[in-house]
Amino acid sequence: MPTLQQKPVSARVRNAPPGGMALLKRTLFSEYFTLVLCVTYFVVMLPFSPALGTPTVIKNIFSEMIPLLAVAIGQTFILILGEIDLSVTSTIALASVFGASIMTSNGGYLANQPAAVPVGLMAFLLVGLGVGFLNGASITYLGMPSFLVTLTTRMLFSGIAIWYTTFHTRLSSISGLPQSFLWIGQGEWNGIPYSMAGVALLAVVAHLAMTRTVFGRWLYAIGINRQTARVSGVPVERVVILAFMISGFCAALCSILYTGRLQTGTPILGERILLDVIGAVVIGGTSLFGGKGKVSWTVFGVLFLVLVDTTLRLLGSSLFTIFMVKGVVILMASVMDALRNRLFAER
Amino acid sequence: MALLEAKGLTKSFYGVTVLHGVDLAIEPGEVLGLVGENGSGKSTSMNILGGVLQPDGGSMTLGGVPYAPRDPRDASRAGISFIHQELNLFPNLTVEENLYLDGFPFRFPFLPFIDRRRIRQRTKALLAEVDLPASPATPVSSLSPGERQMVEIAKALSGQARLIIFDEPTTSLTSREIERLFALISKLRARRIGMIYISHILHDVLRLCDHVLVLRDGALVGSDRAANMTPERMVTLMVGRTMEQMFPPRFEKPSATPPVLELRSVSQPGVVKNISLVVHRSEVVGVAGLLGSGRTELARIIFGLAPRQTGTILVEGRELARSPREVMQAGVAFLTEDRRLEGTLGSASIAHNLALPAVESYAGTGTGVLDSARLHAAVSGMARSVQLKASDIERQPINALSGGNQQKVVLGKWLMRSPKVLILDEPTRGIDVGAKYEIYRIINDLAAQGAAILVISSEIEELIGLSDRILVMCHGEFSAEFNKATFDPEEILRAAMKKPVHSSP
Repeated sequence: MPTLQQKPVSARVRNAPPGGMALLKRTLFSEYFTLVLCVTYFVVMLPFSPALGTPTVIKNIFSEMIPLLAVAIGQTFILILGEIDLSVTSTIALASVFGASIMTSNGGYLANQPAAVPVGLMAFLLVGLGVGFLNGASITYLGMPSFLVTLTTRMLFSGIAIWYTTFHTRLSSISGLPQSFLWIGQGEWNGIPYSMAGVALLAVVAHLAMTRTVFGRWLYAIGINRQTARVSGVPVERVVILAFMISGFCAALCSILYTGRLQTGTPILGERILLDVIGAVVIGGTSLFGGKGKVSWTVFGVLFLVLVDTTLRLLGSSLFTIFMVKGVVILMASVMDALRNRLFAER
Repeated sequence: MALLEAKGLTKSFYGVTVLHGVDLAIEPGEVLGLVGENGSGKSTSMNILGGVLQPDGGSMTLGGVPYAPRDPRDASRAGISFIHQELNLFPNLTVEENLYLDGFPFRFPFLPFIDRRRIRQRTKALLAEVDLPASPATPVSSLSPGERQMVEIAKALSGQARLIIFDEPTTSLTSREIERLFALISKLRARRIGMIYISHILHDVLRLCDHVLVLRDGALVGSDRAANMTPERMVTLMVGRTMEQMFPPRFEKPSATPPVLELRSVSQPGVVKNISLVVHRSEVVGVAGLLGSGRTELARIIFGLAPRQTGTILVEGRELARSPREVMQAGVAFLTEDRRLEGTLGSASIAHNLALPAVESYAGTGTGVLDSARLHAAVSGMARSVQLKASDIERQPINALSGGNQQKVVLGKWLMRSPKVLILDEPTRGIDVGAKYEIYRIINDLAAQGAAILVISSEIEELIGLSDRILVMCHGEFSAEFNKATFDPEEILRAAMKKPVHSSP
């Protein structure tokens, strides 16, 4: 399958003599730039915090990555379209309390019934798909910019999540979740967590959807030139709505994992990860300008962000230091995105 | 001494020469008329005078000193003002703000406070000069197109213009506004300001101008005093030579079977009026008309990209839906006028571009999973059959191709669907002669295979070379129809330029 991204420039660069500028360009435009960055960072940081190499820390890095990766994969679809989904965190929160309110043994709708967990899981996913549909429909049929729509739904749904919680508990979160639900987030098979297998499957399916399906062709086409896509018979509205529903679905999966880990449905779940999600996708190399992006890049982007986070915490940095460093890293990534686009335009 | 003199201006875009050594001279207080078909080089030469483009060769002098503007600012500082077809005012700002946008006078030295009083007085004086009875504080959005034009002229005067270029200034004006514009032009002439007047309305050109230049294919083909010109002579000069061996021969005769495409009194207020037409199997119908005559709008209405208020459109007897996707599924293909904005996915590969409209037919039903091998075979086959010159269609982005090859890709992507109806809007714009021939050949082949084809073009020769019938559009209506036997470039141009109601003397 052809890859649509970056080929032109890397092909041109390949022909150039390998001078300093050409080498810089080749590195900048490489498919695996972020992976190289991750490895370099790991090797450089290892002497400063030797714990980074221990199995516990490595396992911890993976376990931190998994839920983040789920949302980031959804966001990748959105950025390829040239849109943005800021509502993912409130989707996580709303799904968490809605699902928990069904399953909890403290007065849940299906407390202690065998159907509780399957119905609860469905509830998570329905919230995600519903929010995604609402976002997508507002953007396409009302012609509103996705930034505004999802900024608004983000506030709306996080409000609703807190309000909804007050009907079910006097505490700030809904606890008493059934054991079989917690097992989804915590269970392992031969040392491989179920959650990891699940998100890996999600990544593979997302990758195939982008590269091997009609939907994928349409997705990139809309991101590159929406008007050409429309004139060429691409059902633009349908694709945009579907992409937002995918993003909502992925946020709901993330919510299942986080809720299982915390063992409670929490209306402020995931509140802080919004910039991490978008940052990770952009660090991977997916363009904020649309038309360019890959699941594998997003995997590398999430890995890099979690690596930075972990090393800083191992070094005993305070929260504000971590925020500052991550802020700079994400800023650099978007500068590079703009730079790549500029170089591309100058062809 | 001439106010402005240009010698041997040449310009090419992407290896296509669009200006072959154009000379012109204009005296102070003279109005120079410039006429020619679309694509004859009028805009390119004026853009060079106005500093928008740099010439590849040739030289200019302004008032005897060499003149080589690097950008429009340079040109306006030298005293050359360009009044564009689409006006360049900010509708959200007031008249005075628009006039002083590129240099507000300050109230105090070194402090960025605008001296409103001074601006107001100057603006009042300028508006009086152009006879516009409006307050300087009026927002431009509340002015009519004619009044906006007066503001543009006032802006030119505020910059001490010595030469003003008018590009199709009357297209959006009412007849009273046109009279006011003409009166103002006479007034400016008395002030020794030189003017260049570009228009398709030949009567206006003859009435206003002292001297007329005729351009064709980027070269000057006629230059004479307006007194010696007639509309007939200008049209003959504009259309020019006889048909050369530019068009591949056609063998297929259109069949007399029921029409493939049929329009029944399609109307959209202000755009097209009561349009009816039929196109049969293997028939190529040309649509001629000036810019703004409604020819492009008609194509967009058929393809569902623009609304229509009344009328029916049928393909093989079945009524067309109104969304591009459904129209496409009914067997219609549409090659748009603007390749970059609506025809190509710039950074995507040639293969992705070619596959886009037909991609669904290479996927498993229900899953949407592509059969890559089959798709690749089909796409490479299409690249070969349109004789695309590209190194690697799966990797090379369409951006990297020449205009002609890009157009072959856009044409090829529609051929992937084997359309029953193909609408082509300016299929050879910005394309060199060799690629043109190949595109004509592809169009002929498609007609031979039974497609019904509608070609819109501002090049009348192209329409004559390709079509079985030509319909001429003027002010949103068909003003004439020609059959192969009666094709006559001068008659077609005359029908397209039918004197509009407003410029009755």
